Amino acid sequence: MAWQGVENLQVIVLSDLNLSMSHNSQTELVIEAGRTESQYWKDLWRYRELFYFLAWRDILVRYKQTAIGVAWALIRPFLTMIVFTFVFGKLAKLPSEGVPYPILVFAAMLPWQFFANALSECSNSLITNANLISKVYFPRIIVPASAVIVSFVDFLISGMILLALMIWYNFVPDWRILTLPLFISIAFAAAIGAGLWLAALTVEYRDFRYIVPFIVQLGLYISPVGFSSGIVPQQWRLLYSLNPMVGVIDGFRWAILSGRAQLYWPGFLLSLGLVTLVLASGIWYFRKMERTFADVV
Amino acid sequence: MSNTIIRVENLSKKYIIGHQKEGVHRYKALRDVIADGAKSVSRKFLKPSDKKISNPAREEFWALKDISFEIKQGDRVGIIGRNGAGKSTLLKILSRITEPTTGRICIKGRVASLLEVGTGFHPELTGRENIYLNGAILGMSKAEIKNKFDEIIAFAEVEKFLDTPVKRYSSGMYVRLAFAVAAHLEPEVLIVDEVLAVGDLHFQKKCLGKMEEVGKEGRTVIFVSHNISAIEALCQRGILLQHGNLCIDSNVQTAIQRYLEEATNNTNATLLEHRRDRKGSGKAKITHFRVLDFLKSEVTYLQSGNDYYLEIKYANTTGKSLKNIIVGIAFKDEYYNRILLLKNKFTGSSITLDKISGDILCFVENLPLANGLYSVALSLEDFSNELIDQIQDASTITVDGGNFFGTGSYGEPMFCKILMKAQWVTN
Repeated sequence: MAWQGVENLQVIVLSDLNLSMSHNSQTELVIEAGRTESQYWKDLWRYRELFYFLAWRDILVRYKQTAIGVAWALIRPFLTMIVFTFVFGKLAKLPSEGVPYPILVFAAMLPWQFFANALSECSNSLITNANLISKVYFPRIIVPASAVIVSFVDFLISGMILLALMIWYNFVPDWRILTLPLFISIAFAAAIGAGLWLAALTVEYRDFRYIVPFIVQLGLYISPVGFSSGIVPQQWRLLYSLNPMVGVIDGFRWAILSGRAQLYWPGFLLSLGLVTLVLASGIWYFRKMERTFADVV
Repeated sequence: MSNTIIRVENLSKKYIIGHQKEGVHRYKALRDVIADGAKSVSRKFLKPSDKKISNPAREEFWALKDISFEIKQGDRVGIIGRNGAGKSTLLKILSRITEPTTGRICIKGRVASLLEVGTGFHPELTGRENIYLNGAILGMSKAEIKNKFDEIIAFAEVEKFLDTPVKRYSSGMYVRLAFAVAAHLEPEVLIVDEVLAVGDLHFQKKCLGKMEEVGKEGRTVIFVSHNISAIEALCQRGILLQHGNLCIDSNVQTAIQRYLEEATNNTNATLLEHRRDRKGSGKAKITHFRVLDFLKSEVTYLQSGNDYYLEIKYANTTGKSLKNIIVGIAFKDEYYNRILLLKNKFTGSSITLDKISGDILCFVENLPLANGLYSVALSLEDFSNELIDQIQDASTITVDGGNFFGTGSYGEPMFCKILMKAQWVTN
C-alpha cells in the first residue's frame, strides 16, 4: 500500500531526469562565505526530488503503527466540530449566518487545523531532522516546507468531512467555491511564513517547543473557528483582523457558504498584507539563520 | 586543460565557543538571552565609562586556519590529524554543511559525502523505502536508484528483509544496507568520514574493496579516518592537519610517518608537571612518563610482543609518605576507546609514595597491542579511591612492527588492536 506512493512519484521524477543529468557533470561549484545566497534558489530546484521524498516519508510514517491509521485525520476535526457546534451553536446560541452550524464551524475548522498542524510540525521539523542537517547539505527550507505539505495532505483528507456535511445538509455552494484555491494558497502562505519563523527560532531557542503548543491552543479561541467573525463588534473588526488567520478563515467561509458570510474587505486586506509580511520576513529570517543551523542544532 | 577537481584557497573557519559558568547547556535558552541582555543594559547604565568589556564567556576558536590545496581528478586523498585538528570541519565545509568564515573552494562536478552511514534512515520505514529515501538524501535521482536497486540489495545481503521496517534489523544489517546505498553513488567526488568503524570484519573488507574500486574508476575520494592502516591501504596522497593548519601534503606514507612522529612529540613535548588539564586532590603529582625497554633505555616506539618498563615519576607535595596508592595506566585506541587498563591493585602489588619524589616502574611482558597509535592516561588514587592525580592523554605511544605471534604476522591492526596467542586444532 505504502509503496504505491513512490511509484506515483516516479512519473514526475522521470521527466526531470534528463535535465538534472546534463548539468551535473559540468557545474562548477564555488563555496565561499556568503556565497550560497546566489545559488540558493537554483539549489532548491536541484533538490526538489529530496523534497518529494521527505514529504513522502513523513506521510508514510505519520500513521505507521496506529490501529486506525488515516482515520485519525478525520476523527480529530470531526469531534472538535461536534463539540464546537454544541458549545457555540446549541449552548451559547451564536448566530449561524443562515447555514447549518456544523458547516459554519467546519468551513473554519479546515484552514485552522491546517494552519495549526503545519505550525507545530514546522517548528519541530528541523530538530527532528537534526541528524540530516548536520550530515548532509541541502537547502534547509525543504524540511519545514515538506512538513507543511504533510499537513496539507491531512487538510485534503479532512476536506472529505466537509463534503459529507454538505451532502447531509443538502447544501449547494455557488460560483464562489471556485475561489477556494486562492484562499487555500493564502492559508499556505500563512502556514509557511509562520512555520519558517518558528522553525528557525526553535533551532536556536528550545523555548519555542513550549510556546508553539500554547500559540496553537490560544489561537483556536481567538480565531473565528467556533463562531462567525460577524459577532465581533464593528469597531473592533479591523483590530481583530490583525490575526492573519481571521482573513483566511473569513475567506474560506465566504467561498464555501455562498457569500452568506460577508467578507469584511478592509480586515481581509489587512490580514492578507500581514500574511505577505509574515511570509517574506519568515523566508528572510530563515535564510539568515540557516547558515548556522548545522553548527547550532 | 587542467584536471583539478577541487581547489581550496585560504580556507578558514571560526567558531565562537561559549563557556558557561556552571553546568553544560548545549542550547541557548531564551531566558539566558533575556538575562544577558538585561545585564548588559544595566551595565551600560551603571558604568557608562568602560565601553567594551570583552565577554569572557565567548571565545574565538579557529577550527581551520588558511588552508590551501588542490585535488586532481582520480586522487585518493587521506586526511589525517589528531582529534580537533580540523578534519571534520574541513569535510563539513567541503560538503557544504557549514560555511567557511573566509576563503573559497571551487569544486567541479557532483560531490557526495558520507559523513555517517545511514544518515536519514527512518526506523519505521522498510528496507526498500529506506533505500530510496537514503539515496535521495545522498543526492541520487529516483531513476538512478531504481537502476542500481538490485545491485544495492545484493551488496547489502538483505534480500529477505526488504519489506521489514529497519527498526527490526540487526545493527549489522542496518549498517550493511546503509553502506550499500552509499557505495553505489556515482559522484565525481566521494567524501568519506570514518564509515569503516562499523560492521563486521567481512563487511569492512568488502567496503574497503568497494572504495578501492571507486578510486580505480578514476573518481576522486577524500577519506578521513583515525584508522591509519585503512588510510594507508586506500589512499595515495595524505594531508596532515594540525590545530587547524595544513601541516603536510604529500604521498600518504610520508604524511602518516609525520603524523606518528608529531603525535608522539606533541604530547611528550609538554612536560607532565606543567600540564594543567589534570584532576585530583594534588597531594602528589605525576611529573614524567616514559617507556623503557627491557634494558631500561628509553624507546621512541614500541613493538608488539616485546617486554617494556612503563615509568612514572612523581612529586609528593604533602611531605609525608603516602601508603596504599593505586596507580593506573590506561591505553586508548585511535577512537578513544579504552582498550587496556593496568592497575597495581589487580595484581595485588602495594605501592607507597616517597615523602618527596620517586619513580614507579611497571613491567609489562609480551605487549599485546597491534600496530597503531595509543593515548595513555595516568592516574594515582589512594586506598579509598580518592583521586590524587589524573592526566588524560599524558602521552601518545606508537606501536610499530614487532613479532608477537612469532610468525611475522602483525594481526589485522585495522580491525583489532588486541593481540592474543591461540592454539588451533582440528578434530
